[in-house]
Amino acid sequence: MTAFLELRDVHKRFGHLEVLRGIDLDVEEHQVVCLIGPSGCGKSTLLRCVNALETIEGGEIRIDGERVSGRGVNLNALRADVGIVFQSFNLFPHMSVVQNVALAPHKVLKLSKKEALQRADTLLARIGLLEKRDDYPDRLSGGQQQRVAIVRALAMQPRVLLLDEVTSALDPELVAEVLTLVSELALESMTMLIATHEMGFAKQVANKVAFLYAGKIEEEGPSEQIFSDPQRERTRNFLRSIIEAKRL
Amino acid sequence: MGSTGVDGSGLTGIAPPGARPRRAAPFQGNLLASSVTAAAAVVIAGLTWWMLWYFDRSLQVAHGQLVVARVIEVALGVTVLAVPWYGLLALAASLRGRRLAAREAFADARMAIEDSRDHIWVVVGIGLTALIVAFLAFLLAGNNGSVRHVMLDWTYMWRRTHTGLLRGFWLNIKLFVVAEVLVLPWSLLVAIVRMLPGRACAPVRILAITYIDVFRGVPAIITIYLIVFGFSLAKVPVFKSLSPDNQLFWLGILALVLVYGAYVAEVYRAGLESIHWSQTAAARSLGLSQMQTLRHVVVPQAVRRIVPPLLNDFVALQKDTALLSIVGLLEILNIASQYKNQFFNLSPVTGAAMCFLVITIPFTRFVDYLIKRDRARTQAQ
Ligand SMILES: Nc1ncnc2c1ncn2[C@@H]1O[C@H](COP(=O)(O)OP(=O)(O)OP(=O)(O)O)[C@@H](O)[C@H]1O
Ligand SMILES: [Mg+2]
Repeated sequence: MTAFLELRDVHKRFGHLEVLRGIDLDVEEHQVVCLIGPSGCGKSTLLRCVNALETIEGGEIRIDGERVSGRGVNLNALRADVGIVFQSFNLFPHMSVVQNVALAPHKVLKLSKKEALQRADTLLARIGLLEKRDDYPDRLSGGQQQRVAIVRALAMQPRVLLLDEVTSALDPELVAEVLTLVSELALESMTMLIATHEMGFAKQVANKVAFLYAGKIEEEGPSEQIFSDPQRERTRNFLRSIIEAKRL
Repeated sequence: MGSTGVDGSGLTGIAPPGARPRRAAPFQGNLLASSVTAAAAVVIAGLTWWMLWYFDRSLQVAHGQLVVARVIEVALGVTVLAVPWYGLLALAASLRGRRLAAREAFADARMAIEDSRDHIWVVVGIGLTALIVAFLAFLLAGNNGSVRHVMLDWTYMWRRTHTGLLRGFWLNIKLFVVAEVLVLPWSLLVAIVRMLPGRACAPVRILAITYIDVFRGVPAIITIYLIVFGFSLAKVPVFKSLSPDNQLFWLGILALVLVYGAYVAEVYRAGLESIHWSQTAAARSLGLSQMQTLRHVVVPQAVRRIVPPLLNDFVALQKDTALLSIVGLLEILNIASQYKNQFFNLSPVTGAAMCFLVITIPFTRFVDYLIKRDRARTQAQ
């Protein structure tokens, strides 16, 4: 039985810098996997590789058994299946909120303009931002922008959602609203791979936690086990430093 | 009024007790400044009037243009009266401030000093302007008004030459309109080639870079010389079949398009590259193709940054149509210099300059407006 999203011995380098040094990771369908690890260990790079925003040099990535890395892959189809949300929102500043959400369903999924807008409105209503639909992103708070970015990815009805430190750029009081939305998605059994520094959140939402260290998965396991009983020295050190920084 | 911490005056509002003697110093300083200003104001007004009188005397020898010149004279003469008046106001306010300070009404004293300082700035602003304008008039009047006569004689500048000048300018307009229309797609092509990714495209990329570097690096006048004369001497096929006039026209266009295509290609590139790669990443991650990403995400954002510098280059292109006079196109500068030889007077060339200003000044104002609007929009973010 193979997992829904499979990474096998994935390698990635930038010039001489070897960022991913043989990653093996499985994400089952309807599972939430959190990636934790020190800054610069390669979490963002890993997510970007899954979405083919970076090409990998070695190994293989499969979704539902189908190879999605390397040559001869339909990237646009892959990306329509794999949503990603970035730390810095990256909303399109020249489009209104609803246009941001409706653009890809209209252009990529070929929904009619009306259907795409309807889908966008439904999603915006769900996050309570329907009355902001015609505003431009710069009028929204950071938390609102990030929630719009999340539903923009959801509008494509992706089969797996990648979240890259979606709360790191937010003021502390705005973090909760975004995390609540992600938790709701987890309850609706959205398949997600989440890079995060929010350990409390990871503990609560993740089925599985993977600790990434220097381009390798140092340790992975059920979230209760990783947080209460880490097996590896580096994992313990990392979690201790987080506790000292009062983030757990 | 609280402590406003007025810069440079040392007025720090609430001073510790016993520091009173130091409070007198700024009032002294202001008194000195306003006295000097008042004296200077009187001198400025005197100088201005003297230069105007000199200018006026030279008007006797010239014909025409008297009305315009006299109106300017009178306006300037009256305006400059404000200068000594504000000088006196500054001095008065300063003295008032000193009196108030002596009575320890420091808040009121500071207000008086601020009044005084405002008046000093009025003196500087109006006085300097009046002085410069009067000095220009003075220069024009020099040598019994010969400067004005040689360069600004309305008879030759416009009255007897405007039919020819306008006919010439019509050619300039045709030249720059056609050149601008052609520059847009040409430079877009160059910019896109220059930005093609991957090793396979390196050769064409290098070609585009070489073109841009060469044509930006060579003086436009040399390019024009080489292309227009060179192509017609070498009887280059396409152009050879045209009538001589047409050949000159289209070779001129070709030269302008080549020169400005290189500049505008860089404008396009800078605009497209100024859109942060994360925007492309976001669009691609949603499944949009490369073309869709350009079309819906990158280009719409880049246009706002491309248009102002593009229009700036167009203003330069419009002016550079005058360079084509050296290859014999009968455009406005060429015609103006024919008039110059005919009348032994440079005023027709001034007339030609005026024609350009009528087009370029509104154009540059419009560009400034666009830049300002864009800045206001991005600052709101
Ligand atoms: N485009 C790139 N070119 C060169 N080096 C890169 C590039 N992107 C990332 N890197 C390097 O790869 C390493 C891993 O980066 P990555 O962003 O994946 O780390 P991260 O785990 O997400 O860190 P953080 O927690 O700070 O976000 C870093 O050393 C970074 O400098
Ligand atoms: Mg990161």
